[in-house]
Amino acid sequence: MTVEVVKPGVQTTVQDIGRFGYLRQGVLQSGAMDTISLRTANQLVGNDEFAAALELTIAGPSLKFETDALLAVTGAGMQPVIDGKEYSLGVPLFIPKGQMLSFKPIKHGIRAYVAVAGGFDIPQVMDSHSTYLRAGFGGFEGRALQKGDVLAIQETNYPYFNWMKERAGGIVKALKWGANSLRLDEESNQSIRIFKGTHWDRFTEDSQKKLIHTEYFLTTQSDRMGYRFEAEETLELKDAFNVLSEAVDFGTVQVPSEGKPMILMADRQTTGGYPRMAQVIAADLSRLAQLRPTETMRFELVSFKEAEDLYVQQERSMTERKAGISLRWNECLKGAGV
Amino acid sequence: MAVYKEAEFYELSERAVTVKFGDGIDPKLHARVSQFMQVIDEQPFRGYVEAVPSYTGITFFYNPLKVIKTNNETTIQQQVIVELKERIDQLEYATKNSLEANKIEIPVLYGGEYGPDLQEVAHANGLLTDEVIQLHSERTYLVYMIGFAPGFPFIGGMNERIATPRKSKPREKVPAGSVGIAGHQTGVYPMATPGGWQLIGQTPLKLFDVNRDVPSLLQSGDQVTFKPISKDAFVELKERSEKSHDS
Repeated sequence: MTVEVVKPGVQTTVQDIGRFGYLRQGVLQSGAMDTISLRTANQLVGNDEFAAALELTIAGPSLKFETDALLAVTGAGMQPVIDGKEYSLGVPLFIPKGQMLSFKPIKHGIRAYVAVAGGFDIPQVMDSHSTYLRAGFGGFEGRALQKGDVLAIQETNYPYFNWMKERAGGIVKALKWGANSLRLDEESNQSIRIFKGTHWDRFTEDSQKKLIHTEYFLTTQSDRMGYRFEAEETLELKDAFNVLSEAVDFGTVQVPSEGKPMILMADRQTTGGYPRMAQVIAADLSRLAQLRPTETMRFELVSFKEAEDLYVQQERSMTERKAGISLRWNECLKGAGV
Repeated sequence: MAVYKEAEFYELSERAVTVKFGDGIDPKLHARVSQFMQVIDEQPFRGYVEAVPSYTGITFFYNPLKVIKTNNETTIQQQVIVELKERIDQLEYATKNSLEANKIEIPVLYGGEYGPDLQEVAHANGLLTDEVIQLHSERTYLVYMIGFAPGFPFIGGMNERIATPRKSKPREKVPAGSVGIAGHQTGVYPMATPGGWQLIGQTPLKLFDVNRDVPSLLQSGDQVTFKPISKDAFVELKERSEKSHDS
């Protein structure tokens, strides 16, 4: 019940929904960058939706399956290839023992997720499977996957897996239904919604306008920790003031002294000491996580109330998605669907 | 007067709200932070996930889907604030049972290869190295918060007479356990990392250990003292802490 890493890809890590309860000990939450895609991948194979999957970045790995498996690849940036054939993102896929799963780059996005029915058999560290790269713990030995690593898969007796295995007859099989990504449009020049941060009023009115009207370029110094943007315009405080370090969150828009916004992402430090100008709305975080370095984007200001409503709406869509997927699976099991 | 009239609330995100009790770095202000943290630990509100105490307040992370609106609050976060305010009211009673701070002694081998900047710190302040050690180890410090990195304490209360600017060129690797000074702050590096602090010594204790039940040795609100130790004691304590790691 193992998968061998034949090629590691640019940065392939094990991530679940995150590590909670340890922030006050300085341990960051980590977890998937695009949580919507992580959850969707798990839903498609019948796992707990917050369970661990592989997060693939820029270029995917080549994984040799030494066991039959039911998997799903979601997200963006690449699509699965098995035995020379390309498959769609977001569909349940059966891969027979001995086959290789590899990836072909596609134009949009940067991160994909691979969930395997039953999940990966790796120990939890502080209640989570997420890889904490900087501290070197969690996930697979606290690091990104390397050539030659062997990942164990939990033995599964899921009805979905059994049904697929029976139908597949020893060859690759993809179902004809699936789940769309929540990356709703594929234009690179789209807006990311924000609401005013703790120190919004400390910035000049001119800077507040600039933040909204400037086209920002995502630099290549962007990673799981933070997104750094470049623009000609700089943002200025009315008066310099001393920011005492305190908690920050996924999506916090900090503005260091050089006046360019930086958005804190999944591997952000637990506390930050720069002025917090804005906060990316939770409902746009997964979309932001798929923005590629060198792509551009704009910010759009919404109220906190709108942000909260959009979050609740997104969670409702995820609940509906989950229900929809189980319905399709149940139809399959009853022999009605394919 | 209810304290919450002084408390301010900030929307950090749709899943986190910060309550602030005041401004600046002040042990009395922080005592309020610790007391409130204790109240929440004992009576978490519905949907509460975790919290991060800081110098001036606490940030509460919660699951908005688990919060139940009781009144006609406009947002879910308003409901969380209502619950926090109720608990801030209780703070008045809680303050009467003054909080017993956890006291932790950190053994430090000062100077030599373990504290390569001790001379520089002494020189910069017109002191002898022994005086720097004396001034650094005679006080009781307060841990305001843990943040930035696993187990990293933000410690306050250092004697101004040993304040020293950071090194102009940061070191590429500062060993774990290094005790340093940066401006008016003192601290301990839990892990080997690049850093620009003036290093005056090293502790054999592990400030952060994944294998402990509570990985961080220090917590917000702890009182810390530094105790000078000999090289022999350092080696012995270091061995002991490595062994406890294996067991």
